[in-house]
Amino acid sequence: MVILIFLFFVLLVIGLSFYLGNKAKTSSGYYAAGGKIHWSINGIAFAGDYLSAASFLGICGMIATVGYDGFLYSIGYLAGWIVALFVVAEPLKRLGKYTFTDAVDSKYNSRGIKLAAAISTLIVSICYLIPQMVGAGVLVEPLLGIPHFWGVIIVGAIVITIVATAGMTSTTYVQFLKGALLIIFSTVLVGAVLIRGLSTKPNQDGKVPFYEYKTLTGKMNGNQLTLDDSTWKVIEVQEVSSLKLGFARLAQNGAESWWVVTNKDGKVTLDESQYVAVKANGETWINGALSSPQNQLRQVGNAEQISGSKTAVTGSLNPFKFLEILSDKNTVVRIWKDVKITDKDGAKVTVYYPQFSEGSRLMRPGLRFKVQGTFLQQMDFVSLMLALFLGTAALPHILIRYYTVPSPASARKSTILAIAAIGFFYILTLFMGLGAMVNGTLNITDSNMAAPLLARSFGDFLFAVISAIAFATVLGTVSGLIVAASGAVAHDLMDRYLKVKMDDRQKVNAGRIAAFTIGGLAIILGILFKGMNVTFLVGLAFAVAASANLPSIIMLLFWKKTTSKGIAASIITGIVASLGLILFSPDLYRLYGLDPASAPVPFSNPGIISIPLSFIVLVIVSLLTYKPQMQK
Amino acid sequence: MLHKPAATGGKDPAASYKMRLGVWMFGLYLLFYAGFVVINLTSPQLMEKTILLGLNMATVYGFALIIVALLQALLYDWFCRREEKRLAGETSETKESK
Repeated sequence: MVILIFLFFVLLVIGLSFYLGNKAKTSSGYYAAGGKIHWSINGIAFAGDYLSAASFLGICGMIATVGYDGFLYSIGYLAGWIVALFVVAEPLKRLGKYTFTDAVDSKYNSRGIKLAAAISTLIVSICYLIPQMVGAGVLVEPLLGIPHFWGVIIVGAIVITIVATAGMTSTTYVQFLKGALLIIFSTVLVGAVLIRGLSTKPNQDGKVPFYEYKTLTGKMNGNQLTLDDSTWKVIEVQEVSSLKLGFARLAQNGAESWWVVTNKDGKVTLDESQYVAVKANGETWINGALSSPQNQLRQVGNAEQISGSKTAVTGSLNPFKFLEILSDKNTVVRIWKDVKITDKDGAKVTVYYPQFSEGSRLMRPGLRFKVQGTFLQQMDFVSLMLALFLGTAALPHILIRYYTVPSPASARKSTILAIAAIGFFYILTLFMGLGAMVNGTLNITDSNMAAPLLARSFGDFLFAVISAIAFATVLGTVSGLIVAASGAVAHDLMDRYLKVKMDDRQKVNAGRIAAFTIGGLAIILGILFKGMNVTFLVGLAFAVAASANLPSIIMLLFWKKTTSKGIAASIITGIVASLGLILFSPDLYRLYGLDPASAPVPFSNPGIISIPLSFIVLVIVSLLTYKPQMQK
Repeated sequence: MLHKPAATGGKDPAASYKMRLGVWMFGLYLLFYAGFVVINLTSPQLMEKTILLGLNMATVYGFALIIVALLQALLYDWFCRREEKRLAGETSETKESK
């Protein structure tokens, strides 16, 4: 049943793409849908493009694991549309042709700009493609029961087929359909969450029994742990200094388990954790038994106390009451983190341990982005907010959509409709994320599945529909990105920079070959980046876009002394600075398997350095190369 | 063919008005957005305070950033359309008088 509904949606999307693909006979049709899409269709298609895997899977997942800090992405992504509408939409429409490169090069006809802008489009699109492919992989894993990499390959293959056969007309209608369905069914999901209400012992309406995690007490004498309950035997205790926490390996009746140890004012408390241990002989053990289809990590997420009560069941709640209860100082939510350690027998152990957060702390920034931390941690927060604000208006696959409508006024109206649709959806993300956090539905190893798994707790139909829409979300976004990236290669690089002689048909074919190549690259990167939160990865793509593209767009529109060399230098500086800072940041060091503390760049979001730097380079190079006769 | 716009909108006499209006509205929103960032950095506890309908300041401010964006967008569209109509009227009057 689940698979049938899922396949129905996916085949509908592909069928629609093939049907509409017949309209893409010219390069104008392929890249810009002939400039004839109605603004209302384009507005929802904007929403469809924008509400990517990062929004649906990533933001909900991040809210489910770190509370309000995940919602910062919703706020920032939406605020970015203000820059797009007020500063960029209409002027760019007046300048533009098919691509970002055409727009920034329209006044200059410079080969330097063509090369730099095409490279930028390509890099930003690929950075944005990675999280979409990661999202595709995690989506099909529980749905079809196949490994992550197969999900990535399937999405890659379908999207390459869609893009290579259809182009912008097809992706616009696919995005329209998907954007509308995503908003409708997310509203249904939020309604279901509010009707169910809150419980300290969520059991998915009786489908999955609630697991009561145990707490033990004891004493520490130096490194010696003694437990008050003598039926437990202490095997080892490890301190993790970077977390300022201890982890104890205990045994009872022959079954081993790991516990997180906290020592507050001499009172030692141990909270039961979950773990996966890969032993030296290759065996994988989960929570004290060999890994098997029946023995997997438990789904998690619950409120320990609801407004001070440890046994509360609220029943249906209105949206305000739902948020009020979760923001209460006397509401305590169990959230989960993980740490990798090696036990004394040489097994590689990942311990998933609980932390307890008051509602008042959970529902304001601070759990992930340390607004009360060191100066550098605070700057990381500012940097994120800056990149989210400025990134939207610089995304090539969003910019390209301005060229699909017939007039600047249509571009404006499309953008306003997009803001309404996207804004409404982003308000829903807070409810979906928090719903996933307290309904016992979270996959402890991958936050990206928070929303679909929350839907599964309400029945297979909603799960299948939500998963199919999420899958179509990935298909649609990846299609748009590949159109933008293939446009950069075939139109900007081959046709305009290298001046390869091609007729209109050959240009479309060149775009399709580029789409195959970029799609293949995206598949490989999607497999390599498995496990990272997709909205975090998209946040980085925003930073690259804001650094590389936005300074040139803004200065081109508002500063008459901007020169072609200034623009080219700014784009290259933005790319190099933002990518360089990201590649040497703590989060990427974690991905490489290195100690994040040893990363030379002490923060994860590069925007606060790379965006101003790109502006400064543009101004300096423009002033050095500006000649007054350029004005004439 | 490839170097012509996919669709042309013709000359827009209201372009400079809309650009000025857009910059002003962007500035207003930027101040509102920056306020959110600054409060979080300087007095994050303020964000925990319940201020409206049982919701804390972080939630209200977050929702407000989304809703104000939409309201400003609608206002911007209204002003733009008014100016476009006014200039279109002027143009047709000029043509008629000729």
